[in-house]
Amino acid sequence: MPSDQSPKGAALRRTTARAASVTTPAPAATVAPASSGLAGSSPWAYAPAPESREIVTIRQRYGLFIDGKERAPSGGEVTITYNPATEEPLAEIAKGTPADADRAIEAADRAYRKVWSKLHPRERAKYLYRISRILQERSREFAVTETMDSGKPIRESRDVDVPLAAAHFWYYAGWADKLEYAVPGRRPEAHGVVGQVIPWNFPLLMLAWKIAPALAAGNTVVLKPASTTPLTALLFADVCRQAELPDGVVNIVTGPGSTGMSIVTDPRVAKVAFTGSTSVGVTIAKGIAGQGKGLTLELGGKAANIVFEDAALDQAVEGVVNGIFFNQGEVCCAGSRLLVQESIAEEFLARLRDRMSMLRIGDPMDKNTDIGAINSKAQMETIGELVASGVSEGAQIWQPACDLPTRGWFFRPTLFTNVAQSHRIAREEIFGPVLATITFRTVAEAIEKANNTAYGLSAGIWTEKGSRILQVASAIKAGVVWANTFNRFDPTAPFGGYKESGYGREGGMQGLHAYLRSS
Amino acid sequence: MGKKSKRAEKLNLPMTIESSEGSERLEVRRTAKLYIGGAFPRSESGRSREVQLAKGGVANIAGGSRKDLREAVRVARIAAEPWAARTAMVRGQILYRVAELMEGRAAQFRDDLINHGASKSDAAAEVSAAIDRMVWYAGWPDKLSAVLGGTNPVASSHFVFTLPEPTGVIATIAPEASPLLGLVSRLGGILAGGNVAIVLASESAPLPAVTLAETLAVSDVPAGVVNIITARRAELLPHLVRHADIDGYDLWGCPDELLLEAEQGAAEHVARVARRPHGVRDRADAFDGERGERIDGITAFLEMKTVWHPIGS
Repeated sequence: MPSDQSPKGAALRRTTARAASVTTPAPAATVAPASSGLAGSSPWAYAPAPESREIVTIRQRYGLFIDGKERAPSGGEVTITYNPATEEPLAEIAKGTPADADRAIEAADRAYRKVWSKLHPRERAKYLYRISRILQERSREFAVTETMDSGKPIRESRDVDVPLAAAHFWYYAGWADKLEYAVPGRRPEAHGVVGQVIPWNFPLLMLAWKIAPALAAGNTVVLKPASTTPLTALLFADVCRQAELPDGVVNIVTGPGSTGMSIVTDPRVAKVAFTGSTSVGVTIAKGIAGQGKGLTLELGGKAANIVFEDAALDQAVEGVVNGIFFNQGEVCCAGSRLLVQESIAEEFLARLRDRMSMLRIGDPMDKNTDIGAINSKAQMETIGELVASGVSEGAQIWQPACDLPTRGWFFRPTLFTNVAQSHRIAREEIFGPVLATITFRTVAEAIEKANNTAYGLSAGIWTEKGSRILQVASAIKAGVVWANTFNRFDPTAPFGGYKESGYGREGGMQGLHAYLRSS
Repeated sequence: MGKKSKRAEKLNLPMTIESSEGSERLEVRRTAKLYIGGAFPRSESGRSREVQLAKGGVANIAGGSRKDLREAVRVARIAAEPWAARTAMVRGQILYRVAELMEGRAAQFRDDLINHGASKSDAAAEVSAAIDRMVWYAGWPDKLSAVLGGTNPVASSHFVFTLPEPTGVIATIAPEASPLLGLVSRLGGILAGGNVAIVLASESAPLPAVTLAETLAVSDVPAGVVNIITARRAELLPHLVRHADIDGYDLWGCPDELLLEAEQGAAEHVARVARRPHGVRDRADAFDGERGERIDGITAFLEMKTVWHPIGS
């Protein structure tokens, strides 16, 4: 990690009130090297391998992207986006107002009527292919920006978020001129203007999941990124410019949740897509009730990762670790409940603790880092509060001994055992690196416990017995079931929830349906 | 009065029940009850209401209550899992059997519609269309996964497939102006997808729903899979849409003025919602012909499940 912050960062810090007040200001924003329980002298210790941030130029201030142009927010106000790993301000972000939302919707509506709906579908496809190509071309820039803005390890932004985002545009590009094959026997039509609100855990990937199918289906878009992670969406605005996408086809309005509500409730917005918490999803669904809009919701989760006694244990340990510590556990489909068969629980938990002790927590820009920074101070507090509830409700906590960086928002990977299903840590989405272990004896009990949640987004099954995989997979009420793997994503594979995890799918032909009305 | 048949004379029956002669046989009227869990209870509230019939006379229609509704949800939840577990082929055959039995009761369905003001020819056409619609749905269960699901060619070494599964317990506000064809068109979609149903029947024309309940009761549709409640919709709707054990709502027949409240209630527990398409009105002919042959009433209450498995040793 470079030890010298850019002068403009320092200037920003002087002039703006810090959201966080955890630490005393340090002269230079360095992130401590990633650390693990392994001593520095161990032959297994890694030397720091930081990714360079030179490829990225983060401007001091960003406006809104409306009608193909950058615009200042009508209210003149800005918010600051921070680097969660250093608590340093990165840039000033326009605080979009309802008036800005109105302007963006107007631009999207005009672009839909005058340009996008009149374009031959083949040409729409080519714009999307262009976008995909530019994302591939600028992938390192996107990965570094994403990691700086979100705190996720560079290994993940580089190997997962950015390539998948490009792949989504690539996949849906091909659909644009083949829509009639997606709705056999019906005539596919676009909705018109689509309003989209996305979360902070996969800022660019969620943008791609939303924008790619929307544009392929022939809609135009007004998108609001999360307030703590707007930078890759604003960088994407530059991709739209490079691709010469017609003005107004994609509009990006940064701002608080209330601005998002202005977007989705506007009568000119015909379809709404939201990814985020169940409580906000409910607020949006209620807010647009009776308006006749299409709606898809991708909400919270509390996935069970079920390990049967015949599982390949070391693979299962890897899968459980990936399931809950991928992206610091800030994943809606995270495997946050470990259901392990009683006969192997002791052995499995011992191996899991060993593996957790080897996780490297620290500088997200280090290519060896496994667990980066928690996205915001507010999220740190949420995680801390839920972990405290686990302790006070009687579950047993274990955390590996490792040094955390002194600056930045880092949370130790946490394992709970002796967890009751009634505990908050077994019921509520924590959105952090916290795993709650529950044991079971029979297959029926595993299914019962896995389904004992209001959520139904994902689940994991670890067993060497194929027929059991199919039995459990069909009994689990969850939209994505990973058998002997976890946290896999692909543009061809639909993703989305049962029950209070929302409705509608993203990815695949099924993901296209939400963006079409057919007659 | 014309000449009686030999058999009618032997049985001492009047030739027609409409005859004004004093010797006329009194019609045995049907008590139109609720249909819950395969049984025909009266409303626990003790209420019923009179519906004026077009050819004169009245029908007493059970006035379903909030508690009847709760009972219907309870039995529907119990019926949901075994119904979803039936093979697709068997579900199709059960729906086809419903069509067979409807054919046998065609005259009564026609009478119901005429009693609610339809002309003879319209009634005959609607009954035929409703039976054919049920046959149309009977063909769907074992084709849904091929049409809506599939295998996904992911860019990694995994075998990945996506299948539709039923959502669970679905409440439907049946179309008001198409009391038989509309009802069958929406109910057929829910059942074909493997869901179980709680039906709020047409308020102004409930008799075809009552006859359908009587048909279902002797069909192979298991008890609790369809539950039909006649009630004041505006009274029950606020409770119906907030019942947390209902997974989805087909609001096709929901009056515009109740739609806001209905969707807000459904939103509170993240229930799935299907509604009348924009620009389509709740009219008697809304389900005629191909307009009624739509799978949106099936797809709104399907959950797509994607399963991943590694390829390799």
